[in-house]
Amino acid sequence: MAIKQISVFVENKPGRLADITELLAKNNIDIRAISIADTTDFGILRLIVKDPDAVVNILKEDGMTVSATEVLGVAIPDVPGGFAKAIRIITDKGISLEYAYAFITPKSGSAYVIIRVSDIALATEALNDAGIKIIEQNEIF
Amino acid sequence: MFFQKEIETMNRKDMEALQLERLKWTVDYCYKNVPFYTKRLDEAGVTADKIKSLEDIKYIPVTTKADLRDNYPFGLFARPMKDIVRIHASSGTTGKPTVVGYTKHDIDVWSDCVARIVMAAGATADDIVQISFGYGMFTGALGLHFGLEKIGASVVPNSSGNTEKALMFMRDFGTTALVATPSYALYMSEVAKELDYPMSDYKIRLGLLGSEGCTPEMRTQIEKAWGLFATDNYGMSELVGPGVSGECEERCGLHFNEDYFYPEIVNSETLEPLAEGETGELVVTTLCKEGIPLLRYRTRDITRITYEPCKCGRTSARMDKVIGRSDDMLKIRGVNVFPSQIESTLIGSDKIGANYQLVVRREGFADTLEVKVELVDGSILESYQEVEKLQNSLKHKLQTVLGIQCKLSLVEPKSLQRFAGKAQRVLDLRNENK
Repeated sequence: MAIKQISVFVENKPGRLADITELLAKNNIDIRAISIADTTDFGILRLIVKDPDAVVNILKEDGMTVSATEVLGVAIPDVPGGFAKAIRIITDKGISLEYAYAFITPKSGSAYVIIRVSDIALATEALNDAGIKIIEQNEIF
Repeated sequence: MFFQKEIETMNRKDMEALQLERLKWTVDYCYKNVPFYTKRLDEAGVTADKIKSLEDIKYIPVTTKADLRDNYPFGLFARPMKDIVRIHASSGTTGKPTVVGYTKHDIDVWSDCVARIVMAAGATADDIVQISFGYGMFTGALGLHFGLEKIGASVVPNSSGNTEKALMFMRDFGTTALVATPSYALYMSEVAKELDYPMSDYKIRLGLLGSEGCTPEMRTQIEKAWGLFATDNYGMSELVGPGVSGECEERCGLHFNEDYFYPEIVNSETLEPLAEGETGELVVTTLCKEGIPLLRYRTRDITRITYEPCKCGRTSARMDKVIGRSDDMLKIRGVNVFPSQIESTLIGSDKIGANYQLVVRREGFADTLEVKVELVDGSILESYQEVEKLQNSLKHKLQTVLGIQCKLSLVEPKSLQRFAGKAQRVLDLRNENK
């Protein structure tokens, strides 16, 4: 099962990220994972939250350009080579990886990695076959 | 089709002779009846008998919108109120409204002007024409109204607003032609699509668009939406209202009603007359107007004029669609840039919003242009390449149209609208202290 991720277009100007995250805080939204990549002009903020549809609405109502997409959450054993193994499995299947970012939760000993791949179904199958756990939205909250 | 073929196809020599005669009449008439012009003409040392050729018009001082405002409301009227049968006014969004008055003869001439233009556009006595301009002080609705009645068309003075009812009349009456601003024509088609009637219930075949600029892209959109043929017409309340010029079915420029309005193209900075075909500011002298005649009125509209005969048979001067306002013109690295050019370049993309902003800066000794547009399509956020691709393709298009390098920035929706509801299109920071 895939995880729903929210992408937000953010202009590069002082205080913008603070505005957005404060808006989420005001609405009592718990952010589980976050990634932001930027160019000189703009950034794309990516968020994993508990109720993505609600958050999309909150951001849209505030006038932001937002999209929700499916990504894979992978539980990686917290040992050297854990991530490398998962990536090798995916790339060997000819699936390309657009971006990835990691986070941990206090509950388990695993590190979680969010990956965006070109073929979610195939990647899920390949990782499952290799015994690597795919996590679901509700497992990380 | 022609309304007054003899005038519309008159050979150039005869037209120029007629214009000269009428120009002399207008100068004399202004001098005798409008104290403002008595003073102006005295100062310039111009009298009607000193005008020997049409070129001599350059010795007459220009009239500006400010002159009309300074003489608000009736200071430039050449006739006492007993001869005035109608008063119109501009909206006055940029200051005091400009007020114009018409004698009976003016109304008659005006109707002829509009009649010529609508017939050139393909309207006939068989048409049922719905006027969706707002009536009231605005010249657009009544101008078209009288001209269309003159050719025998059935006029439906629906006015603007209550779009669903307007659409009901269009279906039930079998309305064949629509008079509207381009944006309202487009809006009406959107409302029509949402209603439970097929578009085939509408018989609209002709669109007489005007009173605001229309890019070719927007026109195509309107034509597709309604299945109509659209023409553009031009005018302004100071001169008469609609009916100064309009497109024929060839759509290769707007035919000027030259026997009533004498057009010139001048350099908007030096006011020097420009040669045929050169782009500059349109200056117009009324040739028969009695209520409020104007000498060399600066329209602020940038266009160009050709005197080549048209395929339709008309011999009149043809002006290009207005490409911008001389007030809005920006000179960036010696190149003239009009916000409207940028608008027409951007309108095709649904990934970005309708608002844009131009920021001009001076870095060292070079001017730089930044164009800001709002990114509204979230679906491309998945990949940076997609966003960058959009950025690059917009930038390329703009550079091709403008002929100068620019930077294109994507900004968040609504971030360009903060200025009292109206988007501030141009931010010129070149003279700001750093």
